Amino acid sequence: MSKTLAEKILSHKSGSDARAGDIVIAQVDLVFAQDTTGPLTIRQFQASGFERLADPKKTALFLDHAAPSPNREISNDHRLLRRFARESGCLIYDVGSGICHQIVAESLGKPGDVIVGADSHTVTAGGLGAFATGMGSSDVAVVFGLGKTWLRVPESIKIAASGKFAPGVGAKDFVLHLIGTIGADGATYKALEFGGDGLENLSMSDRFTIANMAVEAGAKVGLFPTDKVTKGYLNHQKQGDHYQPLSADGDASYERTINIDLASLEPMVAKPHSVDNVALARELKGTKIQQVFIGTCTNGRLEDIALAAAILKGKRRHPQTRFIIAPASPKVLLAAISAGYIHSLVEAGAVILPPGCGACLGLHQGVLAEGESCLSTANRNFKGRMGSPQAFIYLGSPATAAATALAGEITDPREVI
Amino acid sequence: MLKGRAFKFGDNISTDHIIPGRLAHLRSNLPELAKHVMEDADPTFASRVKAGDFIVGSNNFGLGSSREHAPLVIKMAGVSAILAKSVARIFFRNAINQGLPVLICDTDGIDEGDKLEVDLAAGTVNNITKADQLTFGKLPEVMLKILDEGGLIPYIKKYGDFRL
Repeated sequence: MSKTLAEKILSHKSGSDARAGDIVIAQVDLVFAQDTTGPLTIRQFQASGFERLADPKKTALFLDHAAPSPNREISNDHRLLRRFARESGCLIYDVGSGICHQIVAESLGKPGDVIVGADSHTVTAGGLGAFATGMGSSDVAVVFGLGKTWLRVPESIKIAASGKFAPGVGAKDFVLHLIGTIGADGATYKALEFGGDGLENLSMSDRFTIANMAVEAGAKVGLFPTDKVTKGYLNHQKQGDHYQPLSADGDASYERTINIDLASLEPMVAKPHSVDNVALARELKGTKIQQVFIGTCTNGRLEDIALAAAILKGKRRHPQTRFIIAPASPKVLLAAISAGYIHSLVEAGAVILPPGCGACLGLHQGVLAEGESCLSTANRNFKGRMGSPQAFIYLGSPATAAATALAGEITDPREVI
Repeated sequence: MLKGRAFKFGDNISTDHIIPGRLAHLRSNLPELAKHVMEDADPTFASRVKAGDFIVGSNNFGLGSSREHAPLVIKMAGVSAILAKSVARIFFRNAINQGLPVLICDTDGIDEGDKLEVDLAAGTVNNITKADQLTFGKLPEVMLKILDEGGLIPYIKKYGDFRL
């Protein structure tokens, strides 16, 4: 019988004929935690009675959410993570090494892997064709110790993309449109599987943006098949030997299919306080914005920074709008420096943060005050997420963010490109 | 039998409502963190909740981050179970892993302050205030066993591995 891509990967990793609805034990190829979930993960690992990691080379800790540490409590948590890494032999990516999901995308993840992280946006690696999903600290602690986990094989929803984006429109608009269509719980417990002839027009950066936000529709995983775009990306990262062709069977069974014509999309914005509360950017014209933030595991890649630099080169941010940029990794930062993007953006009035999660979760580096509004390229606009529960978060693409930084109010990027 | 009062919440209560990211510096100080439970959804919750009480959500309870601190602080507040029409995936798993029962049922008829009795084995919720009875769906076997042991860590300590 034919299989979805989720069923194929979980069949392979569980050594069974996995079908939607089955509960399987899957071998895990990469497991990780970050600095806000890692300390509890380590405590749960120790409380379970484990004495060693199942495989230190497949286990990683990332200091990215609050890096460098903004206060002594988090400094102590960072110290705990460093000690654990030293004693257990696991991989550690210390302050300044970038966002966990970006490092997985750049070097640690492979097509066909099962990846489990103590961070909900672990789904980002679905862009590579990995069955990647977020879990809590206890589950991750047990994977640290056993190298495997239990998973319910998800039903899949197929998202069939066709055509090509119009200028000023991109992957963020695609995924906001999708979440607006199916709702913040439209894919709960399920896999989103992307397909259609429009995929050839989606870069790996686009795919990571889309897979990253699968969890904002409740999905367990957002899976892309692998193709020449994946292969080209892996070659570029000097990981070409990790390529394998992966796709669902042609007659696989999906719970439903949603068709999206890329050419029909317009710049989208998610309004406070939920990701499925979407509108067209042009409908929100006049909404004053005090802070623009470009970065995160959703949109902190070189392509995103390039878009912003192209819009802002030779111009200046609006005087009432703070403009903050956090590259997702040192590799992204260095490439953005070499290409001149950072120069253009700093001249335009941007603040450049170190590689990491930056302002995304209200810990530091751009915390919002009561009554302030932020246009962010992140993935969540929940009440209180970026600081004050009386602040307002709008989510949009890097192009929309850059256009908004120029105008000081939400702006459709097609007005300025 | 679990007995307590209902604290009613609406749709899409996120992990940021339950325990916001801005308090991440308190995650290694759980007693201090727990004082802020549900703060951004109802700032009076922490001072009013008593041991045994229930959190009654609606659709998509617990969406958002993977932070297990969300069900952990709810459990520390003495909440005996979460009832909701639907629960986000990671939160669901985390709650069970913390030994906190999650009951999927139609919560529309439950109001703030209703007195409830929950029979986990029978799968029933008695709304004493409304003289009404609800049933809830059975958990998958693997989750039931984890819950029976009081959470994933005691389960792994006992069995050393997953048992399907």
